[in-house]
Amino acid sequence: MSKKQEHATAYWKENIRYLFILLAIWFAVSYGAGILFKDSLNQIKIGGFELGFWFAQQGSIYVFVILIFVYVRLMNKLDKKYGFNE
Amino acid sequence: MTVQTWTYLLVGITFTLYIGIAIWSRAGSTKDFYVAGGGVSPLANGMATAADWMSAASFISMAGIISFAGYDGSVYLMGWTGGYVLLALLLAPYLRKFGKFTVPDFIGDRYYSKTARIVAVICALIVSFTYVAGQMRGVGVVFSRFLEVDINTGVIIGMVIVLFYAVLGGMKGITYTQVAQFCVLIFAFMVPAIFISIQMTGNPIPQLGMGSKLSDGSGMYLLDKLNGLSTELGFAAYTEGKKSTIDIFMITLALMVGTAGLPHVIVRFFTVKRVKDARKSAGLALLLIAILYTAAPAVAVFARTNMFKTVSNQEYAKMPEWFKNWKTTGLLNFNDKNGDGIIQYVADQTQNELIVDPDIMVLANPEIADLPAWVIALVAAGGLAAALSTAAGLLLVISASVSHDLIKKIFVPNISEKGELWAARGAATVAVVIAGYFGINPPGFVAAVVALAFGLAAASFFPAIILGIFYKKMNKEGAIAGMIIGISLMLFYMLKFKFGIFDGGKEAVPTLEKDWWFGISPEGFGSVAMFVNFIVSIIIMKFTPEPPKNVQQIVENIRIPSGAGEATNH
Repeated sequence: MSKKQEHATAYWKENIRYLFILLAIWFAVSYGAGILFKDSLNQIKIGGFELGFWFAQQGSIYVFVILIFVYVRLMNKLDKKYGFNE
Repeated sequence: MTVQTWTYLLVGITFTLYIGIAIWSRAGSTKDFYVAGGGVSPLANGMATAADWMSAASFISMAGIISFAGYDGSVYLMGWTGGYVLLALLLAPYLRKFGKFTVPDFIGDRYYSKTARIVAVICALIVSFTYVAGQMRGVGVVFSRFLEVDINTGVIIGMVIVLFYAVLGGMKGITYTQVAQFCVLIFAFMVPAIFISIQMTGNPIPQLGMGSKLSDGSGMYLLDKLNGLSTELGFAAYTEGKKSTIDIFMITLALMVGTAGLPHVIVRFFTVKRVKDARKSAGLALLLIAILYTAAPAVAVFARTNMFKTVSNQEYAKMPEWFKNWKTTGLLNFNDKNGDGIIQYVADQTQNELIVDPDIMVLANPEIADLPAWVIALVAAGGLAAALSTAAGLLLVISASVSHDLIKKIFVPNISEKGELWAARGAATVAVVIAGYFGINPPGFVAAVVALAFGLAAASFFPAIILGIFYKKMNKEGAIAGMIIGISLMLFYMLKFKFGIFDGGKEAVPTLEKDWWFGISPEGFGSVAMFVNFIVSIIIMKFTPEPPKNVQQIVENIRIPSGAGEATNH
């Protein structure tokens, strides 16, 4: 295997690991907090919001935005690490 | 100045702006026409994507639907934003690296097959046409209410404007008009939201106002007040909803995956220079979309509370001017069943006397809250910006599917660059005319099908693209079978449970609800069809030859971001 190919394989592996972590959070805030566990979270109130309802209509969206920007940062670093940046 | 004068003024100014931009950014080549030359900055692309994405449905209908559905409306909020996470992480960077013009381009090349390309073109056309008809209708509604022209005249004016800048400028013209349209629509949505938030809660940020106490001195939280009003009149508590958990789960998933699979959104990421720009512009797009999507549930709460207070148990004769204005459009209806001259607005259908179309909640909201005339006019201009920007993006997908994927890649491979550009313009013109026809003569099923367009995209494109990137050994047999079976299953479920085709027509639809598979509504069934697509693709692949070496090489190559070059015409 050439150097470049080795780099490409390692790069892809790390990328997949990031994807798993970020998508686990994506799933947890929307399907978890906003849908499956909404009723128990609704017992907690923050200001006028029941927490499960807040995740479904506000919180999950804020987390989605943050997730993409974290991904952008991680990948830009990864590109540099393996010399794929331009 | 009156509302109408303001509306003519604001709509006139914004339309002149759009046309000015279109003339300045004419397309000179097919590359300009399909991908705006491939050098759009991440911020401009983020704004254009946001406008492309936020349609008449997001701007006009969504907050209204949520205000009637309460918690159940969350499916739209999570579904239509969460899809961008999938888009940014799983699709946009790789499709950009692949560097072609359209989604069928990717499917056709990755699966080395003309059949796959044709299947993809058909899916793209079905999804885009159903969607664009709804936009034209939205234009007509805004024109007829605010400018008091006939709804059909409204549709035709909209057609002419879109025709002008989509045909002349292609993707290049569309991109820069969408940037302007984003600014108009977000301003138009936020100004009334902020005004009303201050009015009701004293908090200028609607996202926070929604969870604040009322400023009427009662010391009650707004949401508690609304829950109380709703249950008092027999409706479900606002923060509870009444759909089953599995249905909420599946609808949200279908909308997310469908969003990530919509061709008119995906192609926007072909217009930036590098792979890292594609990632960044997906983040910016969602950030800009989130401004509207987090304000919409607040607007829904304000509007619902205001409406209860204004109409419930009030005398009909004392209703304000807007009530009568909207009654003449037919979107609001009052039938005094017990003849006491008082409006009974309750959940029980036998006693309820008021029917309100969810579409008017956003449009009438500023009037209900008694805001100044220019704010009301602004909402009209914003609604038009939202509808036109999405319509233009969809028309481009339709025209590229025809001129590039069908004419150039299949029927007339040696067509000249100039010929292809003219074919693209011709196809765009024909598409506008067809869309306008459906806007003027909406078949009864348009509204229903727009929601289902997401299911269709989820059941067809999404698995084929994901497998194409993440599963090197996926072959054409698997992908084609998956797409055909996925979209057919979705169409079957839709025809059976949404249109009642096999059980004697529309009237049978409500009685069929108990037969839903696993209790999943047609809106959520796209998720099931998507899983079926994945499974079928993988099983068929196991029994058929693996893809040629050079295709596997392409897959390895798109996984690495460097050397993307510009989108090419091969």
